[in-house]
Amino acid sequence: MSTAEESMLPRVRVGDWIDTAFDWIDDNLNILLTLFRDVMTFVVEGLVDLLMSPPPLVMVALFALVAWLVSSWRLALGTALGFALLISMDIWLPSMQTLALVIVATIVAVALAVPLGVLAARNDAVSAVVRPVLDFMQTMPGFVYLIPAVTFFSIGLVPGIFATIIFALPPGVRLTELGIRQVDAETVEAGQAFGASPWQILRGIQMPLAVPTIMAGVNQVIMLALSMAVIAGFTGADGLGKLVVESIARLNTPLGVEAGIGVVILAIFLDRVTSALGNPGRHAGSLLARLRARRTAAGGPQPTTTSEPASGSSSPSTTETSVRAGT
Amino acid sequence: MPLLAAEHLYKIFGRRPQRGVEALRNGATRAELRAEGLTPAVIDASFEVSPGEIFVVMGLSGSGKSTLIRMINGLHPATAGEVVIEDENLSALKGEALRRVRREKISMVFQHFALLPHRTVGENAAYGLKVQGMSRSDREARADRALEMVGLKGWGESLPGELSGGMQQRVGLARALAAETDILLMDEAFSALDPLIRREMQDQLVDLQQRLDKTIVFITHDLNEAMRLGDRIAMMRDGRIEQIGTAEQILNDPSSNYVAQFVQDVDRAKVLTAGAVMERPEYVIGAEQGPQQAHKLIREHQLDALPVVRRDRTPVGVVLPGEIAAAVRDGRTDLPLTERSASTVTLDTPLADLLADAARRTSPLLVVDDQGRLAGLIPQVTLLTALSNHPAEEVSR
Repeated sequence: MSTAEESMLPRVRVGDWIDTAFDWIDDNLNILLTLFRDVMTFVVEGLVDLLMSPPPLVMVALFALVAWLVSSWRLALGTALGFALLISMDIWLPSMQTLALVIVATIVAVALAVPLGVLAARNDAVSAVVRPVLDFMQTMPGFVYLIPAVTFFSIGLVPGIFATIIFALPPGVRLTELGIRQVDAETVEAGQAFGASPWQILRGIQMPLAVPTIMAGVNQVIMLALSMAVIAGFTGADGLGKLVVESIARLNTPLGVEAGIGVVILAIFLDRVTSALGNPGRHAGSLLARLRARRTAAGGPQPTTTSEPASGSSSPSTTETSVRAGT
Repeated sequence: MPLLAAEHLYKIFGRRPQRGVEALRNGATRAELRAEGLTPAVIDASFEVSPGEIFVVMGLSGSGKSTLIRMINGLHPATAGEVVIEDENLSALKGEALRRVRREKISMVFQHFALLPHRTVGENAAYGLKVQGMSRSDREARADRALEMVGLKGWGESLPGELSGGMQQRVGLARALAAETDILLMDEAFSALDPLIRREMQDQLVDLQQRLDKTIVFITHDLNEAMRLGDRIAMMRDGRIEQIGTAEQILNDPSSNYVAQFVQDVDRAKVLTAGAVMERPEYVIGAEQGPQQAHKLIREHQLDALPVVRRDRTPVGVVLPGEIAAAVRDGRTDLPLTERSASTVTLDTPLADLLADAARRTSPLLVVDDQGRLAGLIPQVTLLTALSNHPAEEVSR
C-alpha cells in the first residue's frame, strides 16, 4: 500500500473539506433545511394517507384506469393483476409509501431539472458548468448521498427523499437540454422572423417540440428515483426499501423477494405510463385517444374541399392538383 | 426611393470578425481569412429593392445567399454595413425594436416550411398575428383570408402533417401574408417541392405579388426559377454579388466568366422576350403611301423589310423588297402587304412562343407595345442568333 506521503505528494483532505462545508451548511442554512424537512414530511405523509384512504381494491381499479387512459387495456389488465399481487403479498402499505416517495421526489427533481435544462440549452456557458456537475452527481455511488442527507435531516423519510432527488435529477436536466437544442433551427428562426420574443419562442415553439424528449427524461428520473428510493431504506425511510434492508440484515429470502417483486411492479407501471404520456400519438388504443377521436369526429368541421366553386381561390385547378398530391 | 437597401454588408463568422472586414477591405482573399479561422459568408454586398419588385438572389450553396437574406431581417446581425428599410437603419436596432420591425415590416417563408407540427393550419397561419398580440377572433379572420388567398380555404382545422409539401408551403406563405408586411423574404421557398408543384407555386407567387403589391426578396439556387420570377437578379458567388440585373441583362451581358458559364445552360427561349431581342425599326412607311415611296426607301437604305404603320403607329404589316419591286413594275398603287404579317406579338412574349410563328413566315415578326404601337421587328436571323449561346456582339450587330 502506497500512501500519499510515500509518493511525495501532500495528502489532500477533500473529504474533510466537504465535511466542513456540510457542517457550515448545517449550522448556517438550518432554516432552509428545517423548511425542506417539514414540507417534505407533510407532503409525502399526506400523499401516503391519500393513497391508503380508499380500500386497496378501489386503488387497484384506479391505477388500472390510469393505465388504460394513457396507454392500452393490456397495460390496464397487467396493472390490475400486479397491484392485486401487492395486496396479496401483504406489502400494500410499503408499496404505497415507496410510490409516494417516488412521486414527490420526481416532482421536485423535474421542477428543478427542466428550468436548469432550459438554461443550459440557451446558454453554452451554463451548459459547460452544468455538464460535469451532472456527471459527478450521476456517477457518485448513491449510498454516498445518504451520509450528508442523514447529517442534515437525521434518519427517516426526509434524508431518503433528499438523496433520491439528487440522484434522479441528472437525466431530467440532460434530456431537457437535448430536447430543446434538437428543435429544428428553421422553426425557431421562423419564430424570430415573425418577431417573437425569446420567451414566446421558448413557450410556443421550443418547449412543445421538446416534449417527447423531456418526457423521456422524466421517465428516466422516475426510474432512477425508484431505484434510489430502495436504497433510501438504509436511512430508515418507510417503504419497500426498508423491507429490502431488513431482509438483508436477517437474510430473509422470502421477504427480500417479495419486496423486490413489489419494486418491479411499481417500476413497470411507472415506466409504461410515463413513456405513453411522452408519445400520446403512438397509443391510438388508449382511452384518451379514443375520446379525442370521437370528439373531433362529432364536432370539428371537416375541411370543405377546395374544388367547391365558391372557394374564392384564384386558381382552383392549382389547389386540386396539390390536394391530389397530398393524398 | 428604394423600400429596402443593403449598403456594403459584411458577415463574417468566427472570433473577432471585425478584423476580417478590415483584411477583406485591404484585399485579403477568402482563403487567407479561412486560415485565420474566419469564415466570410457575405462580402461587401450592396443592393436596393424598389417597392413592388421581386428581387431574386441567385447562387449555389455556400455562396452566402441564405446568410444575406437573414441579414435583411436581422436574424444574422451584420458584421459591417447597413440594412435600411424605409428610413430605418436595421443594423442599429436590438431587442424589442428589432422585433417590432420584424412584426410590422418583414415576414419570411422558409425552405422546409418551419411550421409548428402541434398547431393547426389556421393557428400556424395566424402565428405572426399571435406574436403581435392580436385577439383570437381578429387573427383567425385574417388567417382565414390569407389561407383563402393561397387556395387553402377550409383546411384551417387540419394539422400540417396531414398536408402535402406544396400545401404546407402554402401555409408558410399564408403565415407570411397574414402578417401583412410590405416585405416578404423567401428563402429557397420552393426548392423542397417537386417540379410540377414548384411551377404552380411560382405562378401563384407572381399572381399574389401583382394583386397585393408585395416587395419580395427571393433566394434560390435554381437559375430558371430566378429568371422566371425576378424583376432583377443578383448573382452571388463566394459571398460576393457578381452582378445585378434583369434576366436579359444577365443573359446577354454577363459581367464575368462565372456568370457567363452559369447562364449558358439556361433555356434562352423561355427567358428572353420579344422586347429584348427585337430591332428598332429605323424606317417605317405610312399605310396610305404607295409602292414608289416604299421602293425608294428600301433601295436607299438596303432594307430587308419595311414595316407599314397607320398614323397612330399601329402596324398594318410588312412589305418586302421583292414584292415591292414587282408592284412597281406592275404599276400598282397600293402597298403589297405580305399576307401573313398582319399578326403581331407583344414585348413580353417569350421567344419560345414565337418560334412556331416565325417558322411559318418569310417576313419579320412585328412587336407592339402595350398600346398596340409598333415597337420593333424580329427578323428570323435575329431570333436564331438570340437563341444561340454566343450573345452580345451578334445580337446587337
